[in-house]
Amino acid sequence: MAKLQIREALRRAMTEEMEKDESIFLIGEEVAQYNGAYKVSQGMLEKFGPERIVDTPISEGGFAGLGIGAAMVGMRPIVEFMTWNFSLVAYDQIVNTAAKVYQMSAGQYTLPIVFRAPNGQAENLAAQHSTSVESLYAHFPGLKVVTYATPDDAYGLLKTAIADNNPVIFLESEMTYHVKGDVPDEEYSVPFGKARVRREGSDITIISWGKQIFRVMDAVKKLEAEGYDPEVLDLRSIRPLDQEAIFNSVAKTGRCLVTHEGHIFSGVGAEIVAQVQQACFEYLSAPIVRVTNRDVPQPYATILEKEVNPNPDRILEGAYQILRYS
Amino acid sequence: MSTIPNSLASKCSLPAITQEELIHLYKEMRLIRRVEELAAKAYTQRKILGFCHLYIGQESVAVGTAAATKDDYWIAAYREHGHAMAKGVPAKEMMAELFGKATGSAIGLGGSMHIFDKKCDFMGGWGIVGGHVPLANGVAWAIKARKEDKVCVCFFGDGAMHQGAFFEALCLAQLYKLPCVFICENNYYAMGTSLDRQSAITDLHRRADGVGMVSEQFEGFDVELVRDRVAAAREYARSGAGPVLLEIITYRYRGHSMSDPAKYRPKGELEEKKLSDPIAITHKRLTEDFGVNPDVLSKIDAEVEITATEAYQFAEESPEADLSSLYDFVYAP
Repeated sequence: MAKLQIREALRRAMTEEMEKDESIFLIGEEVAQYNGAYKVSQGMLEKFGPERIVDTPISEGGFAGLGIGAAMVGMRPIVEFMTWNFSLVAYDQIVNTAAKVYQMSAGQYTLPIVFRAPNGQAENLAAQHSTSVESLYAHFPGLKVVTYATPDDAYGLLKTAIADNNPVIFLESEMTYHVKGDVPDEEYSVPFGKARVRREGSDITIISWGKQIFRVMDAVKKLEAEGYDPEVLDLRSIRPLDQEAIFNSVAKTGRCLVTHEGHIFSGVGAEIVAQVQQACFEYLSAPIVRVTNRDVPQPYATILEKEVNPNPDRILEGAYQILRYS
Repeated sequence: MSTIPNSLASKCSLPAITQEELIHLYKEMRLIRRVEELAAKAYTQRKILGFCHLYIGQESVAVGTAAATKDDYWIAAYREHGHAMAKGVPAKEMMAELFGKATGSAIGLGGSMHIFDKKCDFMGGWGIVGGHVPLANGVAWAIKARKEDKVCVCFFGDGAMHQGAFFEALCLAQLYKLPCVFICENNYYAMGTSLDRQSAITDLHRRADGVGMVSEQFEGFDVELVRDRVAAAREYARSGAGPVLLEIITYRYRGHSMSDPAKYRPKGELEEKKLSDPIAITHKRLTEDFGVNPDVLSKIDAEVEITATEAYQFAEESPEADLSSLYDFVYAP
C-alpha cells in the first residue's frame, strides 16, 4: 500500500482512466504546461499530449460549455476550474445546460462529464475565493455532488466520477492536496451515495464532509477525552445522499450535529436537518444543531477568519449543546 | 499580429443547384411555414402552451444551410422548429412535442424550445440566449479528436451576439481552430429591441474581427445563396483552417413569441420585408429561370398541406405525456 498525497491520488485516478479510454480528456486553466495550479495534473501533459491535457484561456463559461458539447457526442471530459469560485461564471453552463440536457432530450443525450476544483475556504483568501458551493449545485436534480476527506476516498470517488454517465461536481480543497494517506495499490472505486463511518459511537452522530472532517476529528479527540462516544459520518456524497446511513445512525444515537463550511442559510446542513427530523423525529433526544461558517462573507484578516470558520472549538460548543440538553 | 482573411478563401464546393434540388428546398420551406402556421393556430386554441417562437419568414436560412450541411451536427436556440425540420426531425414528432404529447421528440419533457433528435444529430433546442454557443466547440472538439469529416453548425440570433457565452465561444473556437460554422440569423430584433438599440455596430459579424475569425455577412432570403455560402463556410471550417462566423440577414414575420404582437415595428416594415419572401423568391426562380410549370409547385403545396395537417392531427390525437416517465430521465444509468 502506497502513501499518497491527495493530489497524487487524484492524478493516479485520472491517469488510469485516461490510459483505458481515449475519449477522456482534461481541460482547464494551467492544467497542461503549468502542471496544474495545485500540481494535480503534474506530468500528465507529457504522458498524454496537448490534445488530451488542454490548457485554456481564462474563460470558464467557454471551456465548461466546450466540455458539455463534447460529452453530448460521446467524449468524457474532465473540466478543472482553478477554484469553484470561478465556476460561478460558468454556472449557467452547469446548471441550465449540464444538469438538464438528459431530461430535456428524454434521454437521447447523456452527459458523462466531471467538473472538479477546490472548494470552500483556504487561508486568508477573503470573500471572493472562499465560497463553498455544495448547496449551489446539490440543489439541482441532474447533478451529482461528491467530496472526500482522505486520499483513499479522493482516488476512489474520482474513479467513480469519471465512469459516471452524468455530470459530477467533484469538490476538492487547496488546503489538503498535500495530505498523505494510505491508498491501496489495486484499482478500486468508491460508490456514490455511501457515507463512511469515520468513528463508530453511541452518544451523538456528527455529520460532515470534505476537509471539515479533519476539524471534526480534532473535536472528537476532546470529546473522547471527556468520556463521550461520538459517531462520525463522512458523507462523501451529498447528492445522492446516504439517507440510510444517516437515519440509522441518528436512530441509534438520538442526537445529531451537522457541521460544514459555507453559510448556514439554505446550506446543505439545512436539507439534512429537514430530512432527519422527518425520518427520526421519535428518536431525537435533543434539537439538531448546525455548525457552519458564521453568516458573513469570508473576511481576510486571520483573527476574523478564525472566528468565522467552523473550527473545532465551535464544533465542541455545538456538541455540548446537544449532549447536555435535557 | 495575425491577419484576418476578409473573405472565405474557399468558394462553394457544391455543384450548381439543379431544378430537382431547388424544388426540394422549396418544398422544405413550404412545409416549415405551414407547420408553423398550424402551430400558431394550435397556440391560440391553447393546445400548445408556454413560449412558442415561430420561424416564419426565416425558412431559407435553415433549409439552405441543410442543403450544405445535412450530415453535420447542428445546435440551435429556441426559435428552432424550422431548423429541426430542415435537419430531419419528422414534422409529426416535432408537432407532438409542441403539444406536450407522449409521441413527441422528447415525449413532452422538452416542448417548443427543446427539440432534440439524436438520430439526425439535431442537438437542441436551447432556451438561454447565447448559452448553447459554447457547446458547438465541444462537438467540434470531438469531431477533431475522432477525425470525423464533419463540422458543427451553431445557430443563434442577433440577440445572442452581446452575451459573454457567445464571445467566449468565439475566442476558444478560433484559438483551437475548431471546425465550427457559427450562424447568426440577424432578424433585426432581440425580442422587442431593434438592432440599432442593441449594438453600437450593426454589422454584427464584425464581432469576429476581435478574435481573428473569418466572417461574412449576406442577405439570406434566397435559399440557393444560403446553400452556396454555407457550403463555402463549411469547406473552410472542415479543412482545418478554423471556424467561420456567418451573419445572415433575415426577418421574422411574427412577434418574438406567440404572446408578442410586435407593435414595436415601424409601420410598413413587415410589408416591405415580405417583398423578399424566401418562398416567393424560390417560386419565382423555379418558374421563371428553370421554367417549372406553376402547377407542379401547386401540387407540391398540396402535398405539403397534407403532411402538415397530418402532423397536426397526429399531435392532437396522440396520448398525453406519460406521468410514469417523470423520473426516468433525471440521471442516466
